[in-house]
Amino acid sequence: MASHVVEIEDAKTGEVTQAVYEHPFIVRLCHWVNAISLFVLVGSGLQIFRAFPSFGAKIPQKDLIHWPKAFAIGGWLGGALQWHLTFVWIYIASGLLYVGYQLFSGNYRQILFVPRDVPGVWPMLRHYFFFGPKPAAKETYNPLQKHAYTSAIVLGLLSMLTGIAIWKPVQFSWLAWMMGGFHYARLWHFLIMWALIAFVFGHLVMVVLHGWSNFVSMFTGWKKDPEYRPE
Amino acid sequence: MTEHINQKKFKSMSRRELLKLTPVVALGAFAIPQLQAPLLKAGVGFSDWASGVLFRSGHLAPTFTDAEVAPFDKFPVNDYDVDDPEIDLNNWKLTVAGSVEKPGQYTLAQIQSLPKITQNTRHVCVEGWDVIGNFGGARLSDFLKMIGAATLAPYVTVECADDYYESLDMATALHPQTLLCYEMYSKPLTREHGAPLRLQIPTKIGYKQAKYLTKFEVASELYRVGYWEDQGYSHFYGL
Repeated sequence: MASHVVEIEDAKTGEVTQAVYEHPFIVRLCHWVNAISLFVLVGSGLQIFRAFPSFGAKIPQKDLIHWPKAFAIGGWLGGALQWHLTFVWIYIASGLLYVGYQLFSGNYRQILFVPRDVPGVWPMLRHYFFFGPKPAAKETYNPLQKHAYTSAIVLGLLSMLTGIAIWKPVQFSWLAWMMGGFHYARLWHFLIMWALIAFVFGHLVMVVLHGWSNFVSMFTGWKKDPEYRPE
Repeated sequence: MTEHINQKKFKSMSRRELLKLTPVVALGAFAIPQLQAPLLKAGVGFSDWASGVLFRSGHLAPTFTDAEVAPFDKFPVNDYDVDDPEIDLNNWKLTVAGSVEKPGQYTLAQIQSLPKITQNTRHVCVEGWDVIGNFGGARLSDFLKMIGAATLAPYVTVECADDYYESLDMATALHPQTLLCYEMYSKPLTREHGAPLRLQIPTKIGYKQAKYLTKFEVASELYRVGYWEDQGYSHFYGL
């Protein structure tokens, strides 16, 4: 896919920098709306969890962890449910708009992890974790990035499906049944949340490592001096 | 062909793209105290509307084998106030009022004269725990026939001996698994489980399933929804 590329000339020095339009508007919009709603859903979800911090039976109840109230949203179970039941719609809407746009525009090819990306995973891991040489960037995103972004989309979808099974274990009894019933759906929902938190953590580390121009591109779409050679 | 531009042009291009994101700022409305409560109310209202749309009258909640039922002593007791509001069980009567042909006082024997249903269903608490129990009672739809209820009325409401109160949409009230429950585990309801009569609704969350019933009404409008609902919980909360 041909990207939109410009060359910017510095008026004083005459130096030329390349910039590429990396993130289309819909992607940026969905990214930030999704980021905010995920933050609210995790915070309120943890407050909901505080009402019964267990995955066992109510009697005898063994609490798994006592999650501190300061790191939760909503203040009490009813308040947290209000936040959760409000932002879940924003979360789903932004997720569906994003996936729909990616499929419709063909932009998904940038981020979809496919079998031919598998050989590139090890060299990238060696570079990140074992000081190996940096593999040449052939595409916008390297195989590990594609793996992370594809996983995040799958996790987002799973968070929605497990959430529906908890919210509607009767009307969507088949969905709850596939997850082992309401009881287990609640456990999967909780674990998927931690997987999403792990993604966000890794994502933020990479944002810091990749510097300012990379960060700015998620707002303006334009990335100055990209590490790959755009076609 | 790569376009050549100067820095000024690039800055204005970037600014234009940044400004397109202003709709995201609209989410900041949730941080404004005066707007927060109505926005969250609208969000829960939308969820309740979706719940109503998703409810199917003919769709049954999963039922379970006797082996899957939790032992009676592992069935949790939740109440908002007292375990036992000290009802005089010998003289208890259910007061029936509202849009019905036969209002008045109904005895437990009258309710027990209706066909008895027993079912093993899952009870789901808003707190997050769940338990499979065995319940017995009369279909609420049969009782509504007995009292000559106007089933076109949108709601039924109940009041309880412990001052708890609840309401149900008529579609759920008419659902074949919605019971006026007087037995658990083949024994009369114990006091902490709501003796002598409670609601048992496998298609609703736990707080809808009021215990210690004293009054039953068929209503065309609600001036209050339920004890927990009126403090901010979902009005419909269908499972």
